[in-house]
Amino acid sequence: MNPKRKQRLIIVLFIVFGASIAVGLVMYALNQNINLFYSPTDIVEHKAPEGTRIRAGGMVVEGSVKRDPQSLMVSFEVTDFVHKVPVTFTGILPDLFREGQGIVAQGEMNSEGVFEAVEVLAKHDENYMPPEVAEALEKAGKMPDQMRAKEAQSL
Amino acid sequence: MAEKKWLPRWFYQLASPRWCYEFTGKLLPLFVIAAVLLLGIGTVWALAFAPADYQQGNSFRIIYIHVPSSILAQSCYMLMAVAGAIGLIWKMKVADMVAKCCAPIGASIAVLSLATGAIWGKPTWGSWWVWDARLTSMLILFFLYLGIIALNSAIESERTAAQSTAVLALVGLVNIPIIKYSVDWWNTLHQPATFKLTERPAMPAEMWVPLLVMVIGFYCFFAVAMMLRLRNEIIQRERRSSWVRDMITG
Repeated sequence: MNPKRKQRLIIVLFIVFGASIAVGLVMYALNQNINLFYSPTDIVEHKAPEGTRIRAGGMVVEGSVKRDPQSLMVSFEVTDFVHKVPVTFTGILPDLFREGQGIVAQGEMNSEGVFEAVEVLAKHDENYMPPEVAEALEKAGKMPDQMRAKEAQSL
Repeated sequence: MAEKKWLPRWFYQLASPRWCYEFTGKLLPLFVIAAVLLLGIGTVWALAFAPADYQQGNSFRIIYIHVPSSILAQSCYMLMAVAGAIGLIWKMKVADMVAKCCAPIGASIAVLSLATGAIWGKPTWGSWWVWDARLTSMLILFFLYLGIIALNSAIESERTAAQSTAVLALVGLVNIPIIKYSVDWWNTLHQPATFKLTERPAMPAEMWVPLLVMVIGFYCFFAVAMMLRLRNEIIQRERRSSWVRDMITG
């Protein structure tokens, strides 16, 4: 490689590494702000900002969903298998909302320690599977979220 | 002292617009056949034969467009940046042309990825758009493509245009690992990667095999679109050279 080209190659590498370092530092500084949501542990341990609107994310606790027969109000608990946070929401839930599903709720903690959500989004994972497979795994207790819950309990 | 040739011969041959034009002319029909076959088989397989998801039902099938277009939009950007770097370092005209042709194709594919993602997001997540790290970095990729197209057409001189867009493309290259790892580094609404390099996909084979067929089909389609644009660009830039005149006048 002749010196001219070598010099230009060094400049190109310098651009790529320079830009990476700059962006890396910016993202390191903004680390918390890039997270879409806070986990129940963050909220319980007061790591999440209080008195403002935040997003909380976690799994809907099995058997915790209660619907108000008179209105669209729903209450449930979200967990990261360490702590639980009670949530209330009035409105239409996404199709994927169910017990054991990951969700992200936007809202505010009220004075009684209940998270009042104004929006609930459902999260899904990359474990796509046909219904028959899901059924078989469910019977064997080997669904990915069941496995995760088991792991969490054994900790 | 003669310079040592440490790259394969075809790399130097590709530098000749004429050789490149003839070479892509031979490759083009192969890729057209491959793209038509793979996309045809993949689409029928994905829509009719692949099983539905246990949670999402049939709306899961949009994955067969969403994932290939997302992967391709990022690969196209990497090709553009690498071609731009080769153009900067070796001052190779064909590399400049490849970089220029990548931008509009990449931008359209990024739009396809964002649009299918939004259509998928509404029924499953409950929202068309969320400002999470994966979606935002993908939107930035789309804006980078637009910026590169704008910058390239704003500069009159072909050489200067190619140099400045190559620099912009190289700076934007940092966005690619961010898109890729955004779902691992931060809490996002977007699910983790469907295809990983190191392990098998989490879904069963009857779901990921048609997806893989679609991904390869998308790459072949990209190659076709790329070569058509590149050949156009070569003829346009070399219109004063004798071989183009001879070819056109016959």
